[in-house]
Amino acid sequence: MSGASNKITDDELNALILRLGTLLPQLNHGRHGRVASSSTTKILKETCSYIRRLQKEVDDLSERLSQCLDSMDITSSDAEFLTNLLQQ
Amino acid sequence: MNNPHHLNPTSLKSRFTTRFLRALTKIRAQKPISSSSPTEIFRRYRRIKVAADKSMAYSVRSRRIWSRAMLWKLRSRSYRRQDPCSGRRSGKTNQAIMKKSSNENTTTRREDGVGFVEEADELRQLVPGGETMNLCNLLDETAHYIKCLTTQVQEMKKIADFYSF
Repeated sequence: MSGASNKITDDELNALILRLGTLLPQLNHGRHGRVASSSTTKILKETCSYIRRLQKEVDDLSERLSQCLDSMDITSSDAEFLTNLLQQ
Repeated sequence: MNNPHHLNPTSLKSRFTTRFLRALTKIRAQKPISSSSPTEIFRRYRRIKVAADKSMAYSVRSRRIWSRAMLWKLRSRSYRRQDPCSGRRSGKTNQAIMKKSSNENTTTRREDGVGFVEEADELRQLVPGGETMNLCNLLDETAHYIKCLTTQVQEMKKIADFYSF
């Protein structure tokens, strides 16, 4: 079993972690996501809390939608118009 | 950089929105007479949430480990509601997903020397199918999952705002 081709190199690992860092709103201090100074642990922690926040937002929005579901009268033409509107 | 898993934001967005709107229409049509009871409202909220996650997972299809895991979870949940004896089948499917994801990169959790095992495990709990992923896949899947989640939130917000007036 060739170990070399199966091991993640440190470079690959760093690249993946850095990419994650650029997706996080808290760490992205504007310009080009200067995440080089953030440790891996910090990025992973931020990632976890960001995902939790997003999942909670889905929850809250689902609740909001369940309340205004009555006022939704989505005819087929509405759906098309809405889809185009939402794509902007 | 040619990434085969490249997210096309326009088509992912529109695929999600179309599916989700369709699901909302169905849920609205299922409204029973006593729709103001708290149980009904809760049930509707649950249905909408499942519809949202389902719409996103179907829009990504089986291109990602996390979407496959979520689709399997959603399907096995609905099977279990209809047929209580489907436990064995679910176990087999889970193994299939595990095999598929671990074959792609056989590195195991060899976080020797690097001190973020706990954080990685926490992340595994949050990303669908994360428990079966090695570190490399986990980080890759997480990035895609986050992008999809933000799209999902954006679109749901737009729909909620649209119908709030």
